[in-house]
Amino acid sequence: MRLIPTRAWAATILFAAFAALPLIAGALEDSYLIVVATRILAYAIAALALDLILGYGGLVSFGHAAYLGIGAYAVAILNRAGVTDLGLHLLAAILGAAVFALVTGAISLRTRGIYFIMITLAFAQMAYFFFVSLSAYGGDDGVTLRARSTLFGRPLLEDDTALYYTALVLLLGLYLLAVAITRSRFGRVLTGARENPVRMRAIGFSPFRYQLTAYVISGCMAAVAGVMLANQASYVSPAFMNWHRSGELVVMVVFGGVGNLLGAVAGATIALLLEEWLAVLTDHWPILFGTVLILVVLYSRDGLAGFFRRRS
Amino acid sequence: MTSLFLLQLLNGVQFGILLFLIAAGLTLVFGIMDFVNLAHGVIYMVGAYLVVSFTQMTGSYGLGLLLVLPATLLFGLALELLVFRKLYDRPHLDQVLATFGLVMIITEAVEIIWGAAPLSVPMPEALSGSIPLIAPLRYPVFRLVVIGVGLLTALGLWLVITRTRIGMRLRAGATNRAMVAALGVDIKRLFTLIFAFGAMLAGFAGAMVAPILTVDPGMGESVLILAFVVIVIGGIGSVKGAFAGALLVGLVDTLGRSFGPIVLRAFLEPAAAGQAGRVLAPMLVYILMAVILALRPAGLFGART
Repeated sequence: MRLIPTRAWAATILFAAFAALPLIAGALEDSYLIVVATRILAYAIAALALDLILGYGGLVSFGHAAYLGIGAYAVAILNRAGVTDLGLHLLAAILGAAVFALVTGAISLRTRGIYFIMITLAFAQMAYFFFVSLSAYGGDDGVTLRARSTLFGRPLLEDDTALYYTALVLLLGLYLLAVAITRSRFGRVLTGARENPVRMRAIGFSPFRYQLTAYVISGCMAAVAGVMLANQASYVSPAFMNWHRSGELVVMVVFGGVGNLLGAVAGATIALLLEEWLAVLTDHWPILFGTVLILVVLYSRDGLAGFFRRRS
Repeated sequence: MTSLFLLQLLNGVQFGILLFLIAAGLTLVFGIMDFVNLAHGVIYMVGAYLVVSFTQMTGSYGLGLLLVLPATLLFGLALELLVFRKLYDRPHLDQVLATFGLVMIITEAVEIIWGAAPLSVPMPEALSGSIPLIAPLRYPVFRLVVIGVGLLTALGLWLVITRTRIGMRLRAGATNRAMVAALGVDIKRLFTLIFAFGAMLAGFAGAMVAPILTVDPGMGESVLILAFVVIVIGGIGSVKGAFAGALLVGLVDTLGRSFGPIVLRAFLEPAAAGQAGRVLAPMLVYILMAVILALRPAGLFGART
């Protein structure tokens, strides 16, 4: 029982720190900080989405970068069509992700375990190749956005700080939504289906429907992250859905501790900061990142959350 | 048209054979150890890079290929001892992550050692020609050799699995790991053996196709994911399934790319057909996988889900 208020406190502190960050960046006159922080927020949204099904549903999706890509391409495609409103971009991203998640999820969820991991990976790769061969949108090279999404018909998001706060509001909203979902009856059935699908069926629940719904919700949330990433970079390419990206999302969730929504946010922060820091040290940072990853997996079972829990 | 079809058919078979060599090791490791190894594609890549270096050292592709076999076997052994061994009892998530870390490390190490620019191996003189198949059509000897060697390897693998004691333990291990261990088989040693052997097959595949492909740091990844598709289609743990799945994937991918636009032209404008064909062809394999899974969730030859 003590854990819940602790988490609420930790969440308050973390989000307050995020809210105060532009002030610090302003004081340091470091505009790059905001750029990195916006990327962190966007990835935090995606990691949160993944944690919802991975941590609570036990579904290890290794293809969640596909939804980042769908969200990003929703921005690129609508922008070219002359539709620039952020709300419409988000709507299109969510609808596109929902359709893709519904179809691929319905097939993937017929299987479990290793099969599920490989099939989600394969479907993400399918989406990747689809956009690689879409020559109207630059194929492999991607497209540069003419402008960022507009808010209330005005180009407010061209300002990096405004984009940052938009991402923060979206993250906070989706975090609260995810917490509400995990505490609801739906969330409990989802966890039950992870723990023991046979018993869930015996007491009258169909795990498949709950898992599919959760999978679709998660995909839609990750697409929101894709919209923010596209706006941050003003550029969209198939690299958004490269399988390495999917792997990085899983890494973020594990760094923060699986099944602990706030951990996903913290994990995204840690993983991206680690990446930035190692990239400063050496061009060959993946070697160091990979080593850290293996050590974390081998020696810290619950990620950083587990590390702190053991300490306290 | 028929000769083009025959040509692409052979290319498809050759690609399928290559996929089989990679998928065979993966499916054994999956089936018997219940272990997800994302680093398998990287071993294929290392095999290709090693054959480049060994060929330069010895001056002969054949010798280079022979040297790759023990080298990738040792590489597989080293990985098993250092990392994989600690992961067998872990959840799939941990296995995926640790092997993902290995992919990052090895890919980067390869770039440091050999550079990021694509390399190539000269084709051995004796096999560089082409032979006539039917009337105007000629086919490169080397590709035929790849098909032949691949088929021989498949046959050898089948004989080992069905006719030898090790093969018997392997099949028993795939069915019930705990029971085999209880009967006194050293399951740890069996695991190490399978792992190293699978690594050698993947390295062999990489070394064998190095003369007809460019050797670059991205080559392991596309093949790894296709090998996953092969295993999922064939059924995890089934070498027979991996063979059928690999040929199916190789043929569908190759024929889809060359004939997809032609077939679509029957329904669409030529320009639209070309465009749709280019977009659809790379997706065909995954659609095939989706259809097979929808009908048989455990794959063609899979016993379990």
